Amino acid sequence: MRTSTGARAGQYVALLAYLVFLAFPFLWLISTAFKSPRELGSLHPTWIPRHPTLANFRQAFDEQPLLHAALNSLLAALGAALIAVVIATPMAWVMARRRTLLARAATGWVVVSQAFPFVLVIIPLFLVLKNLRLIDSLAGLVLVYVVWSLPFALWMLVGYVRAVPAELEEAAAVDGAGKLRTLVSVTAPLLAPGIVATALFAFVTAWNEFFFALVLLKTPEKQTLPVVLTHFIGAEGVADLGPLAAAAFLATLPSLLVFALIQRRITGGMLTGAVKS
Amino acid sequence: MRPRRLLALALTLLLAGCTGGGGNGSTNGRITLRFQSLAWQDESVTANKELVKEWNATHPDVKVQYVQGSWDSVHDQLLTSFEGGEAPDIIHDASDDLADFAYGGYLADLRDLLPARLKSDIPQRSWETATFGDGIYGVPFLQEPRVLIANATWLKKAGVRIPTPEHPWSWPEFRDITRRLSGDGKYGVAWPLKEPVSATLNLSLSAGGELFHRGTDGKVTVRFDAADQVVPRTIHDQADVDHSASPTTLGSGGSDTLPGFFGGKYAMVPLGFSYRQQIVQQAPKGFDWQVLPAPAGADGLTQGVSPQTLSIAEDSPHKKEAAEFVDFLLRPRNMVRLALGDWMLPTGTQALKDPALHTTKDDWATGTALADHLVSAPAQSVRGYPEWKDKVATPAFQEYYSGAITLAELRERLQRDGNLVLARYQR
Repeated sequence: MRTSTGARAGQYVALLAYLVFLAFPFLWLISTAFKSPRELGSLHPTWIPRHPTLANFRQAFDEQPLLHAALNSLLAALGAALIAVVIATPMAWVMARRRTLLARAATGWVVVSQAFPFVLVIIPLFLVLKNLRLIDSLAGLVLVYVVWSLPFALWMLVGYVRAVPAELEEAAAVDGAGKLRTLVSVTAPLLAPGIVATALFAFVTAWNEFFFALVLLKTPEKQTLPVVLTHFIGAEGVADLGPLAAAAFLATLPSLLVFALIQRRITGGMLTGAVKS
Repeated sequence: MRPRRLLALALTLLLAGCTGGGGNGSTNGRITLRFQSLAWQDESVTANKELVKEWNATHPDVKVQYVQGSWDSVHDQLLTSFEGGEAPDIIHDASDDLADFAYGGYLADLRDLLPARLKSDIPQRSWETATFGDGIYGVPFLQEPRVLIANATWLKKAGVRIPTPEHPWSWPEFRDITRRLSGDGKYGVAWPLKEPVSATLNLSLSAGGELFHRGTDGKVTVRFDAADQVVPRTIHDQADVDHSASPTTLGSGGSDTLPGFFGGKYAMVPLGFSYRQQIVQQAPKGFDWQVLPAPAGADGLTQGVSPQTLSIAEDSPHKKEAAEFVDFLLRPRNMVRLALGDWMLPTGTQALKDPALHTTKDDWATGTALADHLVSAPAQSVRGYPEWKDKVATPAFQEYYSGAITLAELRERLQRDGNLVLARYQR
């Protein structure tokens, strides 16, 4: 189908507007991070700081243990992502290949479980973790993140497994491969883009998560980055804007880096389940 | 690095970081208390940490661990900790957040725990902010009045009378002055009323407004009488009749009004006393500002406040030691350090006498002179107040200030809908 020049121009304008809309908060965050307090209080805000300063970064690092908190976040997010995909991959395979009543019920439960608000589960969860002596430990937090991200991870992976032709697995079976061998040697490599996309989803969810980390971790040395960021906010929402922006900018970098590094794999992963064979 | 090595490294790091434990209690006869502080400004955090360090240096058997909390999420976080039996031993919060925790049995009654020195040092009107039923569930230690931060050059040039705590403006005089200061796209005042309820109620005390009335049966009802209407009517008329108050700031927070204030759009901004810290940081060089007392009504400069408090968890196995730490933290000299760090006023009478709080620098003296007029915020002990505030009062005040409803409609909604909400909590 041919597209007229006008329509194409309109598409580009719409795309540009959408990109600006997406990028605006991030660019403004960067700009704020480099502004002095006086410039932040100006009636005429500027995109490019007139007198760029690193003082906000210095203050942010002086006031809060950002690096330590970032390491905690990294451990929790990596742990959650790894465990979630390790558990979800075989489960997704079973749910995709065995269309039994149980598999359908499990799929339904996965969808329903996404509707539970945090506040509904936090107190029972807190008590369970306390009994397991997992309060105030990153292991407990990782466990919660795995449980929290598992349903969606599973849902994503089921779609990717269904996109892998079952005939390949049947051929492997004819060649004498067992179920585990088939999953590991045949299906899993084909699922790689989907697994990466799912792991990334679990990583970003855990990296950004605030409420569970706030409630479950007591010791200051174990707090994660989102919790530490709130220490720049005072009563009635008053904020130490410069250092907060500097710290928030640093906090977004790992997610961006991870996205940038594995972008091609994600795109592949997303397209894998898009067309029915 | 190969993927397998990466995986191994990640798992090793994870296991290294996954050490459980923490917790309060005694180890080898040594007690560890957890003190959750909500201090957030650099100077304030430093003051708190220094005091904890000084305590730990002189009390080898009772170690205090400083835990950083956050104002943004303190209620939910404490509620979960209380339910799970993992609350910090010493809890920093605001008095208006304590009612549910106190009535829920989560906080220790401090009457028999605190020393006589501390009890007598803090005035009764401050203790009332943390008294629920028969018990005292927090030590009020820092508070701040709402003041007018003014563009001094503008006021001088306009030749208006500059109010002092001894001779404040009356509400009609304030309205008249803001009218005189307005014009050409500039306004005499910018009310930051993102949270209109507490600001209105606390300032209304100056005109004798009480709004919440407790009957002989102990039940509370809402009554929006003539005295309650003075402050809301002034704000409404400034914004909608005189156009001497900026209509755009009515939905803004305090910090949002500062750029316009520095840029010469508004002559005055009613803000909490502690906002001076932001003004010192952000004001352009040469900007001349000053602190003025809020206008006075029939009851003078009286104002409602919800002080910051220190409480002790009911579940703490070391309440006596926790109370000793609270007493140490709130010795007059230490209370002054905390007040200076937070740019607020101490509640203690001895601390209030400290010369550091009576300087003209950053107008400390003006704020300190208002301390005697600060009383418990009217809504503090009213159960159901949060719901009344969110569901009834906030939208009603916002609509009234924006000119969408009349004073009679405001009254009707605050009373009729408000009393229905409160009745549910008092059955």
